[in-house]
Amino acid sequence: MAAVRLLIPVLLALAGGDATPRAHGDSFQEELLLSPLRSGDIAATFQFRTRLDSDLRQERVSHYRLFPKVLGQVISKYSIQELHLSFTQGFWRTRSWGQPLLQAPAGAELWVWFQESVQDVDKNWKELTNILSGIFCASLNFIDSTNTVTPTASFKPLGLANVTDHHLLRYATLPREIVCTENLTPWKKLLPCGSKVGLASLLEAERLYHSSYHSQSVHIRPVCRDAGCSAVSWELRQMLTVVFDMYTNGLGKRDWSLFKMFSRTVTEPCPLATQSKIYVDSGYDKKEIDLFEVTPSSSQDVEVPVHGDERVYALYDLLEPELFNTSRNLNVALKWKGGSDSGQPHPPVFHAERYVSGYGLQTGVINTMIYNNHPYRAFPVMFLETVPWYLRLYVHTLTIMTKGKENKPSYIHYVPAKDRQLPHLLEMLIQLPPNSITKISIQFERALLKWTEYPPDPNHGFYISPSVLSVLIPSVRNMKTDELEGSPLFSTIFPSSDGSSYFMRLYTEPLLVNLPTPDFSMPYNVICLTCTVVAVGYGSFYNLLTRTFQVEDNKKGGLAMKIANIIRRLRGVAPL
Amino acid sequence: MLRAARAACSGNMAAPLVLVVLVAVTIRAILFRSSLAAFISERVEVVSPLNSWKRVVEGMSLLDLDVSPYSGDVFHETPLIIYLFHFLVDYSEIVFMITDALTAVALYLAVQEYNKVLFKRQKLYLELKKYAAGAHDLLRVPTEMHYIPLKVAIFYLLNPYTVLSCVAKSTCAINNAIIALFILATVKGSPLLSAVFLSLATYQSLYPITLFPAALLYLLQKEFIPVKMSSPSFWIWTCQYSSLYLGCLTILICHSFFLLDSWDFIHSVYGFILSVPDLTPNIGLFWYFFAEMFAHFSLFFVCVFQINVFFYTVPLTIKLKEHPVFLMFMQIAIISIFKSYPTVGDVALYMALLPMWSHLSRFLRNIFIVSCMLVVCSLLFPVLWHLWIYAGSANSNFYYAITLSFNVAQILLVSDYFYAFLRREYHLHHGLYLTKKDGTEATLILK
Repeated sequence: MAAVRLLIPVLLALAGGDATPRAHGDSFQEELLLSPLRSGDIAATFQFRTRLDSDLRQERVSHYRLFPKVLGQVISKYSIQELHLSFTQGFWRTRSWGQPLLQAPAGAELWVWFQESVQDVDKNWKELTNILSGIFCASLNFIDSTNTVTPTASFKPLGLANVTDHHLLRYATLPREIVCTENLTPWKKLLPCGSKVGLASLLEAERLYHSSYHSQSVHIRPVCRDAGCSAVSWELRQMLTVVFDMYTNGLGKRDWSLFKMFSRTVTEPCPLATQSKIYVDSGYDKKEIDLFEVTPSSSQDVEVPVHGDERVYALYDLLEPELFNTSRNLNVALKWKGGSDSGQPHPPVFHAERYVSGYGLQTGVINTMIYNNHPYRAFPVMFLETVPWYLRLYVHTLTIMTKGKENKPSYIHYVPAKDRQLPHLLEMLIQLPPNSITKISIQFERALLKWTEYPPDPNHGFYISPSVLSVLIPSVRNMKTDELEGSPLFSTIFPSSDGSSYFMRLYTEPLLVNLPTPDFSMPYNVICLTCTVVAVGYGSFYNLLTRTFQVEDNKKGGLAMKIANIIRRLRGVAPL
Repeated sequence: MLRAARAACSGNMAAPLVLVVLVAVTIRAILFRSSLAAFISERVEVVSPLNSWKRVVEGMSLLDLDVSPYSGDVFHETPLIIYLFHFLVDYSEIVFMITDALTAVALYLAVQEYNKVLFKRQKLYLELKKYAAGAHDLLRVPTEMHYIPLKVAIFYLLNPYTVLSCVAKSTCAINNAIIALFILATVKGSPLLSAVFLSLATYQSLYPITLFPAALLYLLQKEFIPVKMSSPSFWIWTCQYSSLYLGCLTILICHSFFLLDSWDFIHSVYGFILSVPDLTPNIGLFWYFFAEMFAHFSLFFVCVFQINVFFYTVPLTIKLKEHPVFLMFMQIAIISIFKSYPTVGDVALYMALLPMWSHLSRFLRNIFIVSCMLVVCSLLFPVLWHLWIYAGSANSNFYYAITLSFNVAQILLVSDYFYAFLRREYHLHHGLYLTKKDGTEATLILK
């Protein structure tokens, strides 16, 4: 019985594997990309793509096969056009790791495009964040108007869309959010095979969170069902990127294997998957691949355009039965052949960093350094900065310096903050000359908050969400991009219009900023003391206003007078 | 500026006044050029969120970016200020120096005029035998009154508070100038100008509305109209003055509306003053109180504290209806103590008027202690601020404690002057040396 139950999906999956599209042929693809990094660390990127071949916007979908019902219902209920959610722990170090396929900011990030039919976008957004908070066991319910912005140009829809009215977009980050296994479990449950078989069986929480960078994300968007784009499908793309450190995970050696990374090996593909592949990054040319010995040797190498360059990947197709024939499990291993490193790692074409300068708790400066290392091409970057209201930005202090000269942005969109309501939003389009460093700095003032507005441990500081840099980088080689289907998943995250440039979105570090704090232990004392001072004022005026001067009566004074007279006698003055 | 000053005061005191203005301008010009200017303009005692120059510049750059300056919570100046500085931003230093000189000259002229009026009235009362026989020591003499206008100008121009406020380019200087011009117009007996400047002052910072009864009383006094409910001329005058005032205010507000084509400024300026959302430390009583307040009592205490500022108007007006100029002084002092975002510039305005009441000095009880408190507190403000914000070795309570004692000192100072004023009035009518029925020396008490 169990065998039959197992067999049916396998047959279905195999049937879905061939190229002919079917009426309701939902599909599922899984993929793992292993890229050894120059620093000796290794990045593993999982991609799971579930496609729902019906349009959630138009028809009422009540039957879900592979696509998670819970997300399908959320999309229909809140009229979502596109949804991107990520949870990240750690920071992708562009300088030593190279450019990421898809970076995510530390903490939680959510951006959603709503459909044009939505009347009250803010209401839908509020309810959606609360629902997602429940689905992913995350503190997304802390997203409110104080950390939500509507960028005008930084976030364009990635899927099939003709909406460009940015009022339908909402973007929020929670840089303080801590990602842990309770976020991973609901994420894994969205997969058709769960974490029982297939590549997802490698996702063991204990190993994943023992890493230098961990990012899991969910991207939902409408895509074309076929090349002619006659119908719309919905795509759920789940990505998980994890970077294992050479020293803490790899015992100081550059030898990696699936078992060493995940304490597991792949035993079988997900039977529902139409595609299940492992790619191993072999670099730009054959020179680099010689640094590693990859076992078992791959059946084929593929060339894929990534980041404007053709890269060579060793490919393992898990759906090919002979892969498991010999050993019943697959443990892809990279063995460092030793040999000299290829010299100084060349810096990434584009990267950015950010820091706070100044001292004291009154003012400060946020500085962002953007590097364009392209030898001869200038390109523009869209810069987005979201700063909470309690850092009061002064936009007149904004300076953008490139090579010692002022660089005037060609587009500025600034929304000033409102206390306890709105954050600052600064969006700029800046032209980066070739081989240059651009420094953006803006002054801010730290506000004193009410004592109840501070988070627990207020002297730890406040996290400021990373700035977002969206950029079209000119490619090194001119290449034609293939259509969506067929090519590896990791190369099809961002739609690219032509081959002359590629899109990339980078996030800078989140900032930790201290604010002045009141004394949390003495609200009563302060209330009493201030009221006393006001009462002193009130009392003395009241005294003078309501009473009149009179000559004192003949009566002798009381105790006070006696004491005063004693003092006067001591001083040798006549008594009163 | 010199020419203006020279033209303004044609009396024999013109030369010293010009000298004072020159010295004041020189000090300011030197400070503007020094590295201290940037430091001073960031001091929380000198600038508040309402009047900081940095925020004026921010408002103008927001306008340049096609963003309404009132859409955010940084800019809280009135629309007229932003348009004024739109043209004058390049000359801002000169504008602030002229403003200060103008304030001093206006105060000088006002006090000069007031002294004349006062002296005339004293003469009249003497002829009418309204003063007690033994009160001759209390009468004011021309030699003593002669230097008072100059002292007022010096107290304003050379007061370190004013200098700091000017160097920080706090728009408080403009409020002070408007109030000084209002006092001048009132003392000179011009209802129209008085109403115009009072409405300007109200429009700028809301609180000067409490000066309305004082101005009205003075103008009535000047016209010899008794303050009686039954007299029709009293009502006509009151209505005239009120409608002038309200008319000017309406024109100003409508004008502001047409400048920016939105009513946002009402909430952003007056709502900001009244609801105290910005808790940036200052020398006042509000910031720490509301930072530490329990959320559900917050609204109640905001109301109580704001009513407290306006409340004193009614009893003070009743008590001081014969002395409207002293009433003005009291109101200005109370505003600068209890307002929501006070700065040292506000304190400087009422302190400049203290020489006017130098004849009260014999009745002041604790002027020495209070002066010491004020001086010590002023010196401790930057020290404790440094310890809290930069060194991290103190906490907010230290700075708060200084604001408390500074305000206690101010309250004691003002109530002391009030006491002295009332006591002098009593002695004027009952004689300086009071005796009991049995002929022994009597003591005076409040009952």
